Amino acid sequence: MNAKDKLKTGAADGPATREYTVIGTRPVRPDGVDKVTGRALYGADVHPTGLLYGAVLRSPHAHARIVSIDTREAEALPGVKAVITAADMPEAADEVSDHGETSVNIRYQSWNILARGKVLYHGHAMAAVAATSLHIAQEALKLIRVEYEVLPPVLDVRAAMAADATIILENLRTDELGHKGDRPTNIASHMRHERGDLDAGFAQADVIVEREFTTSMVHQGYIEPQNATALYNPDGQVTIWTSTQGAFGVRSQIEELLHIPVSRIRVIPMEIGGGFGGKNDVYLEPLATLLSKKSGYRPVKLTMSRADVLQATGPTSGSYIRVKMGADKTGRLTAAEAYLAYEAGAFPGSPVESGANGIFNAYRLDNLRVDGYDVLVNKPKTAAYRAPGGSNASFASESVVDELCRKLEMDPIEFRLRNAVKEGDRKVDGPRYPRIGLIETLEAARAHPHYHAPLEGPHRGRGVACAYWGNYGGRSSASGSINRDGTVSLVEGSVDIGGSRAAMAMQLAEVLEVPVTDVKPLVGDTDSVAYTEGTYGSRTTFATGWAVYELGLKLKQRLCERAAELWEIDPEEVSYAAGVFTAGAHRMTLKALAREIDDGRPLMASATVLPETEGPAFAVHIVDVDVDPETGKVQLLRYTAVQDVGTAIHPSYVEGQIQGGAAQGIGWALNEEYVYDAEGHMLNASFLDYRMPTALDLPMIDAVIVEVPNPGHPYGVRGVGEVPIVPPPGALANAIYRALGVRMTVLPMSPGHVLEALWAIED
Amino acid sequence: MSSKVLVRSHINGENIDFLVEPRQSLLEALRDVLGLTGSKEGCNNGNCGACNVILNGVLVNSCLVLAVEADGGKVITIEGIAGPDGLHPLQQAFLQEAALQCGICTPGFIVSAKALLDRNPNPTEDAVRHWLAGNLCRCTGYDKIVRAVLLAAAVMRDEASLDASDDLQAV
Repeated sequence: MNAKDKLKTGAADGPATREYTVIGTRPVRPDGVDKVTGRALYGADVHPTGLLYGAVLRSPHAHARIVSIDTREAEALPGVKAVITAADMPEAADEVSDHGETSVNIRYQSWNILARGKVLYHGHAMAAVAATSLHIAQEALKLIRVEYEVLPPVLDVRAAMAADATIILENLRTDELGHKGDRPTNIASHMRHERGDLDAGFAQADVIVEREFTTSMVHQGYIEPQNATALYNPDGQVTIWTSTQGAFGVRSQIEELLHIPVSRIRVIPMEIGGGFGGKNDVYLEPLATLLSKKSGYRPVKLTMSRADVLQATGPTSGSYIRVKMGADKTGRLTAAEAYLAYEAGAFPGSPVESGANGIFNAYRLDNLRVDGYDVLVNKPKTAAYRAPGGSNASFASESVVDELCRKLEMDPIEFRLRNAVKEGDRKVDGPRYPRIGLIETLEAARAHPHYHAPLEGPHRGRGVACAYWGNYGGRSSASGSINRDGTVSLVEGSVDIGGSRAAMAMQLAEVLEVPVTDVKPLVGDTDSVAYTEGTYGSRTTFATGWAVYELGLKLKQRLCERAAELWEIDPEEVSYAAGVFTAGAHRMTLKALAREIDDGRPLMASATVLPETEGPAFAVHIVDVDVDPETGKVQLLRYTAVQDVGTAIHPSYVEGQIQGGAAQGIGWALNEEYVYDAEGHMLNASFLDYRMPTALDLPMIDAVIVEVPNPGHPYGVRGVGEVPIVPPPGALANAIYRALGVRMTVLPMSPGHVLEALWAIED
Repeated sequence: MSSKVLVRSHINGENIDFLVEPRQSLLEALRDVLGLTGSKEGCNNGNCGACNVILNGVLVNSCLVLAVEADGGKVITIEGIAGPDGLHPLQQAFLQEAALQCGICTPGFIVSAKALLDRNPNPTEDAVRHWLAGNLCRCTGYDKIVRAVLLAAAVMRDEASLDASDDLQAV
């Protein structure tokens, strides 16, 4: 039996609804005190002896040929220790590497980290300096002389697809449904899902709605800017302290980009100040590593400014989306068609595929076609952002579903219930669903008092949207040892980005039947725990939690063996429950046994899992708005987010994920956008002008937990983090429609866009 | 290079003298000169509040204050919020209410909330939201943060209590 089959066996006897001791409680997180006292060390807080400070020169142009770069004056400035350009980066392989949530061509990633030949967006890194102070490093940047030949920028996804568009990457050819094209293009790929007979499906429809939508690039908006500190030692050992969602991912990327063997690289993941998908790909780590070597093996710290973060790290795609759906009089969907064109930024790799996979996945559909296009524009290379590509796709499909409901005069939740997917139905991209909880989630939303509360006032409306997200499994590892006082030290490979130390400790405590305070979790670096993928794809509590579960079983087994040794009986005779080992007349608590066996032989175990039984998640959001028709401002009055989470390990942090995801989706829906001038300069690269929701913009967000256990996890866990960002744009568009009678087809639905839409119907 | 200036200040209850360049912000001085890295840099232009400290009784963004302006001044940073007997009620309430996820904004929120409760011990939810609008959090949607501040305020007025057990349950 191979490892994967073994895990599948584990999945088969998965959870019915069970009684738990630790799971479902709300303990204080183990890293809590450090985080409320300012003691927790984040990436920018490290300060190795002899530290140098770095700064990065960035392109003032959106698209230009680099004629020359002269760094001599900068190198001569007192205090400057090293200057690097693309000439210092090794030539990278033209091959695709799997970064978990996204796949990246290494050569393109190398060009993104330091521009080679051309700059492709405003803010594109071109050179980096290390100096004895940050201020000197910044002064040195001004002394680097660059000659540019400015080229016209391509700033809109549809313009970029035109036959006569300016070409961004000369060697790019379209991957057209698996076949390489033969002409220069900005379209990196075209993918399609198709099922049934679309024409026949639309012929059965009594109502058909077709709409076009456009959405703007938006940013993950983590509060901690990217940072990296690297020490390249004279013996060739590299140590990197960084804020990353995945230490092992950083290690692989440094190996691929700088051709340093993984055994020479140690990545220490510091506490991370938010990521949301944006801190999987490296930007600064290779630069800090090269600068450290070139400056005479001194540690170098690089931190981004907020403008750098917005201009040059992964936003998610702006998009153009067309959706056509038909339903018969009974409210049954008969056909659905979508066309999605996503801005990838300056290099291929938008999340159009996951957007296209998810767009109709809440609905049973026999006839469908979905086309997705990955398109280059002169804007920053996109990165993953929480349910990548899902929110803009769902904005389009949920708006069209709402219009079908209006035409059929059918309650929006009733309509969705009539079409809701359940176990055995097929997803858009083919696989059949395992046990899922969409119907339970819709029913919980319909039963919620919010859905029945009166909503009066002239410009008020209530909107509903539902959403799917597939979630991800992936490889995770954990190791642990029993201490002499009977407590357990746990080392796990998942960066804790939102309380996962607590979720891991709780799952281990549940297996070992000990209080959660007896488990001491530690996030390991790349030399102290086995390979673990990053904290992304809603996978950590699911997959790393499973590794911890397997670890717990092994520790329990070894403890039984040691008890048997002590009692001179067979291990099979020993049983364990609620912290006590028993065999016949023998009885010993775990704590007593731990003391008894503290004989110099450590009691340790480790586990690695690669589960592929992640549980798809569904969410239904209800929102009430009040729209000011004079200003176009949308005020939220009430917000309810209902979600099937499988099993809530730590309900407070599950609620937090739901509330935080909803808040990001609300920002995406109402305010956030990348604004460019005609030359491709980003005009709003600050938190003042890139307007994320504040405490004053939001009401309390009622997070309603539905638990339909995932049969593919020992404790029934589904992913939680991603799906709540998906429904808000659709729910808000539908609420605005009911408030004003205006169908919004543009994100953000900012005051200006709402007013334009109002004026258009008045004309 | 610019020569350094001596700043004599009172930080978190202690007299502290330090040297800074005139162009360095108070945030830089706290983090890079004094090693008080609890104050965070999220934007360096006064929009996120992650660097909030209380200077002479006034809530400020330490990224917008020059370190030399703290000369003769009294500064309270996140490192000075807990007392000798343990955590401040705000800190306990943040833990109990799970009012943080990544935690990078937490120091700023706690310092900002302390400045609020120093002047208004009984704020409404709206007053809390208004006061905290200068602090950005991208993880929580603010729900649990607002609840934590309201809980801490009630505790400090002796109208509520925090769960003192090892395994704190949310209220």
